[in-house]
Amino acid sequence: MTERNETPLVEARHLKKYFQVNVGAFKTAPLKAVNDVSFSIMRGETLGMVGESGCGKTTVGRTLLQLYKPTGGEIIYDGEKIESPASLKKFRTKASMVFQDPYSSLNPRMTVMDIIAEPLDVHKLCRTKEERRERVLQLMDYVGLNSEHASRYAHEFSGGQRQRIGIARALAVKPEFMVCDEPVSALDVSIQAQVINMFDELQDRLGLTYLFIAHDLLVVRHISDRIAVMYLGKMVELASAGEIYDRPLHPYTKSLISAVPLPDPEKARANRRIILKGDIPSPLRAPSGCPFRTRCAYATEACAESMPELKDVSGGHLVACHRTAEIND
Amino acid sequence: MSNDPKHRFNPFSMHVNVDDFIPATDEEKEYIVQMRPSTTFFRDGVRRLCRNKVALISFIVIVIITLSAIFIPLFWPYSYEQMLGVVPGKPVDPSYNNLQPFAYGKTEQKIIEEGGSVFPHIFGTDSSGRDYFIRVVYGTRISLAVGFFASLIVLIIGIVVGSVSGYIGGKVDLVIMRIVDIIYSLPDMLMVILLASVLRQTIGDALEGTVLERIGSNIISLFIVFGILYWVSMARLIRGQILSLREQEYVMAAKATGARPFWIIRHHLIPNCISVVIISTALQIPNAIFTESFLSFVGLGVNAPMPSLGSLASDALNGISSYPYRLIIPALVISLIVLSLNLFGDGLRDAFDPKLKS
Ligand SMILES: Nc1ncnc2c1ncn2[C@@H]1O[C@H](COP(=O)(O)OP(=O)(O)OP(=O)(O)O)[C@@H](O)[C@H]1O
Ligand code: SF4
Ligand SMILES: [Mg+2]
Repeated sequence: MTERNETPLVEARHLKKYFQVNVGAFKTAPLKAVNDVSFSIMRGETLGMVGESGCGKTTVGRTLLQLYKPTGGEIIYDGEKIESPASLKKFRTKASMVFQDPYSSLNPRMTVMDIIAEPLDVHKLCRTKEERRERVLQLMDYVGLNSEHASRYAHEFSGGQRQRIGIARALAVKPEFMVCDEPVSALDVSIQAQVINMFDELQDRLGLTYLFIAHDLLVVRHISDRIAVMYLGKMVELASAGEIYDRPLHPYTKSLISAVPLPDPEKARANRRIILKGDIPSPLRAPSGCPFRTRCAYATEACAESMPELKDVSGGHLVACHRTAEIND
Repeated sequence: MSNDPKHRFNPFSMHVNVDDFIPATDEEKEYIVQMRPSTTFFRDGVRRLCRNKVALISFIVIVIITLSAIFIPLFWPYSYEQMLGVVPGKPVDPSYNNLQPFAYGKTEQKIIEEGGSVFPHIFGTDSSGRDYFIRVVYGTRISLAVGFFASLIVLIIGIVVGSVSGYIGGKVDLVIMRIVDIIYSLPDMLMVILLASVLRQTIGDALEGTVLERIGSNIISLFIVFGILYWVSMARLIRGQILSLREQEYVMAAKATGARPFWIIRHHLIPNCISVVIISTALQIPNAIFTESFLSFVGLGVNAPMPSLGSLASDALNGISSYPYRLIIPALVISLIVLSLNLFGDGLRDAFDPKLKS
């Protein structure tokens, strides 16, 4: 990707987000959507984040941007802890988000011009109408939208175009960091590639740092420098994109990789598909110890007793599994 | 489609006849890529509303009826409570009672014979010798006012309760929604009758000597009945709107840019639910008018001698065989008002729902 230096731009330390949900008529219980997750993203880097539906990816992204108040842990941006309203205000102009659903993420009562200009208006970044217009047209140009469409409403566009509008809006404040929450999941496969390439180009052009969320590995493969794998609110593996593909260490990642269709038939035959038994448990009833143990082929009693820590096993390859060494010898 | 047998249209054939297609002219292409003039959402809706003939005609009818109800009583020579046969200091002249349309009483006849002119009684008079036309106009005025204010009360209570319930959520929402369910499950006509008959007693005593007495205890109790019973559907509607809007990702997106709650309410929540609210209020008005007429008809409506369309119809029942038009006229006016308000409300809904926009 782009040349980057090795200072973290964004850092999450022991991030936790619990939702109070209703169980029964008058009882609530904490739903641990994100349960003690730590990671850092270097300037100019793309961190891919994958995991099944409901494992907490969106929640990580939203909590990182302080859209949800974290239940615990801290977020450090560019060496500064995001805490006070002042730091948050500054953070809002540095970090932005592209949303999962291109349909509900654009207000149907606003024209494309107003949607893209909203961050500019909120932060009063443009002094004159003309300046605002110029900036919006420039943003539309960045994302490959025809400037003639500025006065239309969002529902007149296709999914791919809508996602481009969302991206233009995210770029409006000239952010350094962008959380892209499954920006292509709702799009046709043929359009996915276009949009991903666009993210790539924008990164080169504007020096962006991404947290790129997706639910399958294939999507994040090209764009990510490192990939984090989430399972039931925990991060189970974090390594460079190549490592994740060639040498997955966690049993869950192995099963994900085995499900990725390989172009090379030789390799595909050698790579036996690992089919997981059972469903992902509800985060309300997460298993004790290792969250993956109910579906893990290697689970032992020790796995039920304690939660495995995310440990560096070889030069930046982090895995959370008690039996990493035995499984991968 | 050409008439050439080879090209005769066959509904079961999937073959597309190339001749049926003509290349788009430059002008048409121009039209397709043309930049739509930048319009606000509101102006767009009005434009679509004006294109809807039925809604437009309904609107004109409503305006005409409303304006006449407001202005005709101001210059009409007769008033709704004036009994024409009763002149102070003289015996009651029964010739004014139950006049046919465009007929005159004895003293009026004399004036005409002497060459004077008398304003005609277009719909005749009622059994007490009151000009029927002005009573219908006045009744329309009362019915419209009741419908409008009752809907306003419903709207205000609905907005307050619904948005509180939707915003705060949790236990507050739970309790409010159970109350709503209970009120919803009551048989409403029965409740209306019970409440109206209880309230007119209590309120009548309470209002004695205040300005409100002039309006009449029955109308006030009508408003209260509406307020108590019909806010529930409005509250439900608004709560649902707020709940679903709050979860929309564009609200999240606005938060992500750092927008304050006030900004979000002004730019996202209000514009997205205002049309639903206006439309259902518009549709609530005929409902209220209808209920008022019904209550007046069964004798729980406005206080005599004030007429409403319902009480006029009810009074007309006594002389139904001799003067059927006295029932038909107010019934027609009620139908016209309710129908045109409903059609206009439907037109509003079509015009302001952007998903139907072409
Ligand atoms: N606002 C909320 N209130 C209560 N529970 C929530 C809320 N948002 C998310 N959750 C729960 O938290 C868990 C994680 O949700 P999240 O949306 O982060 O998953 P995800 O990985 O993004 O899934 P997907 O791939 O479907 O987008 C889910 O079990 C979800 O039901
Ligand atoms: S800790 Fe145990 S259960 Fe969890 S992934 Fe490793 S082997 Fe499987
Ligand atoms: Mg998600």
